[in-house]
This record gives sequence, C-alpha cells and structure tokens, in this order.
Amino acid sequence: MAEPSSSKIPVTVLTGYLGAGKTTLLNRILSENHGKKYAVIVNEFGEIGIDNDLIIGADEEVFEMNNGCVCCTVRGDLVRILDGLMKRKGKFDAIIVETTGLADPAPVAQTFFVDEDVQKHARLDAVVTVADAKWLNDRLKDAPEAKNQIAFADVIVLNKTDLVSRAELAEVEARIRAINPYAKLHRTERCQVKLSDVLERGAFDLDRILELEPEFLDGGDGHDHDHHHGHGHDHDHAHSHGGLKHYHDEDMQSLSLRSDKPLDATKFMPWLQNLVASEGQKILRSKGILAFSDDDDRYVFQGVHMMLEGDHQRAWKEGEARESRLVFIGRELPEQMIRDGFEGCITT
Amino acid sequence: MKEFDPGQNAASIVSVTDRVRPLAIGMPVTSVHFLGDIAAFVGAEESVALVSAEGGISLAPVHSGGILCAATDGARIVMGGDDGKVVALDKKGEVTLLATDAKRRWIDNVALHSDGAVAWSAGKTAYVRSGKSEEKFFEVPSTVGGLAFAPKGLRLAIAHYNGVTLWFPNMAANAEVLEWAGSHLGVVFSPDNKFLVTAMHEPALHGWRLADNRHMRMTGYPGRVRSLSWSAGGKALATSGADTVIVWPFGSKDGPMGKEPAMLAPLQARVSAVACHPKQDILAAGYSDGTVLMVRLTDGAEILVRRNGGAQVAGLAWNAKGTQLAFAADDGEAGLLAL
Repeated sequence: MAEPSSSKIPVTVLTGYLGAGKTTLLNRILSENHGKKYAVIVNEFGEIGIDNDLIIGADEEVFEMNNGCVCCTVRGDLVRILDGLMKRKGKFDAIIVETTGLADPAPVAQTFFVDEDVQKHARLDAVVTVADAKWLNDRLKDAPEAKNQIAFADVIVLNKTDLVSRAELAEVEARIRAINPYAKLHRTERCQVKLSDVLERGAFDLDRILELEPEFLDGGDGHDHDHHHGHGHDHDHAHSHGGLKHYHDEDMQSLSLRSDKPLDATKFMPWLQNLVASEGQKILRSKGILAFSDDDDRYVFQGVHMMLEGDHQRAWKEGEARESRLVFIGRELPEQMIRDGFEGCITT
Repeated sequence: MKEFDPGQNAASIVSVTDRVRPLAIGMPVTSVHFLGDIAAFVGAEESVALVSAEGGISLAPVHSGGILCAATDGARIVMGGDDGKVVALDKKGEVTLLATDAKRRWIDNVALHSDGAVAWSAGKTAYVRSGKSEEKFFEVPSTVGGLAFAPKGLRLAIAHYNGVTLWFPNMAANAEVLEWAGSHLGVVFSPDNKFLVTAMHEPALHGWRLADNRHMRMTGYPGRVRSLSWSAGGKALATSGADTVIVWPFGSKDGPMGKEPAMLAPLQARVSAVACHPKQDILAAGYSDGTVLMVRLTDGAEILVRRNGGAQVAGLAWNAKGTQLAFAADDGEAGLLAL
C-alpha cells in the first residue's frame, strides 16, 4: 500500500514566534526564481506579498484524537485542506504550512503520523523555526510556545543577526543549543538563507537519519565531546568549552543515549513503547539509530510525543561501528529513569 | 432479475465485464452521479464529463480550480470549489452560479434538499438558500465537516468537531447539538428520518436515534469511511472503509444497536465506494484495486463488473430507474453498464 516517499508531496512546517520573520522567509521562498510552485497554507491572509492562487487560509484547529491520549492532537483543518489540495496534484511541487506565532508544532507533525489519507499523498519534510536573535532570549523566558518551537525544530533560522552584537549572538545561540543541539542553525539577516537549507531537508525521512550528533556552531567544529549531557544538574548556569558558552535550560532538555554493545530488541521495543506511552507528553521529539543483537540491519526510529515510527534502514556496513544512539528532546525529561531503562535493554 | 443470478456453481464468479462500455474520461474523477440518463463524472478540477447512454462524452466547465464537493438530486449537481463558488449543473450541461464566497474561501461541503433548497459551507459557516427566501447562515464552533438535509422539513445537519448541529433555518428556535467527541467529517439522515449517522475522522461511524438521541457506535473499520449509501427502502446502510462492504442494519427501531453488521464481498483490497440500487436489494461496490462488483444484499452473491488492476474506484452511481450503473476510478478510467 505504501507509496515510495519520493512520489509524495513534501510539506515544510514553518514556525516561529510573533515577529521573528516567518512571513519574510515565506515571501522569499515564493519570490525566488526556483521554478517550483508551492501551495501555502497560512493563517493570516494578506501578509503574503506574492500573487499565488494556491494560498489557502487555515483555522489552526487542534483536534484531540479519540484514543484517550491528551497529547495525540492533530490539525483538523490541515486534514481537510490537504484532502482538497490533493485534487490539484500536479499544480504544485511542495506544500508549506505556516503556523501562527503561538502555535505548538506538534499537532501539525502528528497529523502526518496519524492520518492515513494524508500519509498516502504527502510527507512531512521538516519543521523550520524562525527565531529573532534580538528577542529570543526574552521569549524563552516568558513564552513557552517559543521554547516549544525551538525544541521541535529540524532547522532554525536565527534571524535579525544584524541587530545584535557578536556577544549577544553567541549568547542566544548557546541558549538555543541548550534546548536543541541537533537542529541545523543558520544565522541570517532578513531571512537570507539558501532555500536548499530550509526546503527538501528530509528530516522526517527514516532513510535519511544518518547520524545523531549535535550540530556545532559554524558547522566546522566537528569534534566529539559530549558536553550537552550527563551533567545531572538543571539550574541555569553557563560554562565554557573552547570559547563557547553552554547553558542548561531549566525545563527543556535534550538527552542522548549511546551504547557500543548491541541492544536486545525484545527488551528495547517494549521499553520504548512504554516510555512514550507514559512520558509522551514530555517528549517532544525522539530519534534513534539502533544496533540489535542478531540483526545485521540498522534499525531507525523517530517519534513525536507518543507517536513512533521505525524500520530497518539498511545493513550495517563492513567496518562501521555498530553503535546505538538515541536522542530525546523534551520538557522535564526523567533523565535517570530513561538512562536506567535504556541500560536494561543492552545485551549482556 | 435473472441477470443477477449467480447460479449454483459459485466457485467461478459471474462476470458482466464484457457488457460494460468503457469510457476514457481523460481526467481524474472524484465522484459519479446521474442526471436522468446522463452519467456525470465530476473531475478533481474544473470540469464535469457528461456521458450519454450511447457513450458520447461532453465536458462542462464548472469551476476555475479544484472541485471540492458535489451533491445531486437527480435533476442537477451542485458543487463547491476552491474558487469560492457554488454552482449547479443540469443534464444539458448548463451551469448556474448559485453563490460566491465574499472572501473566496473554499466551499468545503454542499447538500441538496428534494424541495430544491441548497446548503453549502465555507470554514465554520453553513449557508442555506431555499426557494424564494433569502440566504441564511449559521456558524458552528469549528470547521464544517459535512452537511445533510433531513428528508422532512427544512432542517440541516451540520457535522463538526465534537458533534453535529441540527439547524432549522426557518425557525427562531435554537439549534440542537448532538455531541460526540471527535471530528465528524460526513453526515447522513436515514431516509425515514429516524437516525443520523456521521463518518468520523477516526475509522468509525457514529449514530444517533433522533427520537431520544441515543448513541450508536459503529466501529471496527481499518480505514476512514468515505462512502455511505442507504439501501432501497432505507433498511440498511452500506459503507466503505474495510476489505468487505460493511452493511449496518437499520430495519428495527433500535437501528444497529447491539447488532453485528453484514460483511459482504470480501476482497484483498479496501472498499472505496458503495452505491445501493435505488429499487432492489443490490449494491455496487468499488475497491482500492480497481475492482467493481455488484452484490446482492440478501445473500452476498457477487457479479464482477470490472476486474482489478486499475486505480482506486473513486465513485459509483445508479440512475434513478436502476437500469444503468456508472463507475470511475481515480485516474479517469470509467465505465457504463446497462442492465
């Protein structure tokens, strides 16, 4: 039944707090001479400066699924709009969903996990969050929505960098990294970012989960020190590694787990399912590359809150370290409980 | 109807595939209707293909974009589009513009009353225009998922998130709300006006007995139910959404409460469209693999109308006399069967 993901229409979710520059980025995407046509689902008509008959107004209706789970929410309007848009397949190459500044990206993402018809025709490509370099620090303190959007992001466009000093920029980047060290981060003025950096990312494509290493500032800083994890304290402080500041966010963290020894699939799968069932409200995103004992294939999974999808990806290559790596981003993650549970799944 | 007799040897299914007139509609089709003896294939965008019993095809342009919804009373098809327009098409191919949304919002749903009243919705607002009286509108708390006129009186059911609103456009009385948690995306009244059934976003139907608003849960589908059809006389409701045609009994005063549905015509494919014969206990079912079957409701006997192999069947329709069956797949491959 499943159609190859390449034939499905990619959907980019564009989020960001009020005034960060979402509409600027959207207008840039639409006006650039890329030869592609986008269908755009927006909440405010009239802000788009480009004439496009495929701009659709949305109501941002968040519906609970009838399965008793409060975090299983979907965007009801999106189900309807995507349904209607599919009648015009061939008239556009990709879809962009712009959320309101106060929106939680989770219901949008979950729509792509739970709705069979949506899944058949469209695939979530990435969550792109536009952040305001000047004001993000303040918003992270007073607006839980802004923190959610950073935590959820696959790509962060850190905009208005011309309005801050180098020190301020370093500060805000460190704050972002404290919440989400895995997203690709691009510094921009007026959202001047290469479109290939925000579109066609394949961030939710299981086949493209290649590595789960923290993204370092400037990208070239690829040495592997595990400084984001395992400190076991969650008060707000900064310390310095190689000139970079590091923060720990009080309530939003990422947690990385790693094992060189293979995992026992019969233990790991129930553990993971139980974990997201009981702690799914706290876990915003999860991803993993797994090496199971007696299994020559890499297993990859990803999740949004309680929803998980996973599959065998490919055979482990010769000489490739068969290492399991998991990442969770969430709010008040029960770190020790997760670590202990994971340890219990390692084959001894 | 001797033609429908599957015979004693049911091991090999009776086939009428050689009697089907194949039609190439040449565009993706989303629903099929009859206007008298003219078969109408509503395209995904812009046009409706009108096909005479002799097989002549003519295209009627109706919208300047996607066609989002369609309903028929046998004399005309009313459609809503993403161009914000509500239009009516008759069997001669004449198009009448009924309404244009002031903000050019999508027209998501339409419904037709046998007395000529028309309803449509854009966003959270449902509109009704009946006879000479002016347009009236009603706003529900969330986007309208489906519309249906009650068979008697001017009463409109408006499906939405967490229930259905029953609105009497010509009465000052408050609208009645039938609540049930979840997103309701389609709605139908039983022909005897006793039951209301919705198709939910979850793979389930929900029903209410209108006399006392008692709930009826109809669950167990593997997929969302997109096609519903009342049998001749309204004693059964045939539905898509499973790998068999699920037929719920509505013959008694309790409807399907406490009863099992009949499961007819199982295939290794999902039922995508159903249409009951207007006079006899026969239905036509289309499947995700392109198969079309005629099925007798009484004993489940099957006749093959179209072999598998094509795109998913998008729609099926009988003409009012029950002498013609039209069907079309998503890709525009269609057929006409005269009985």
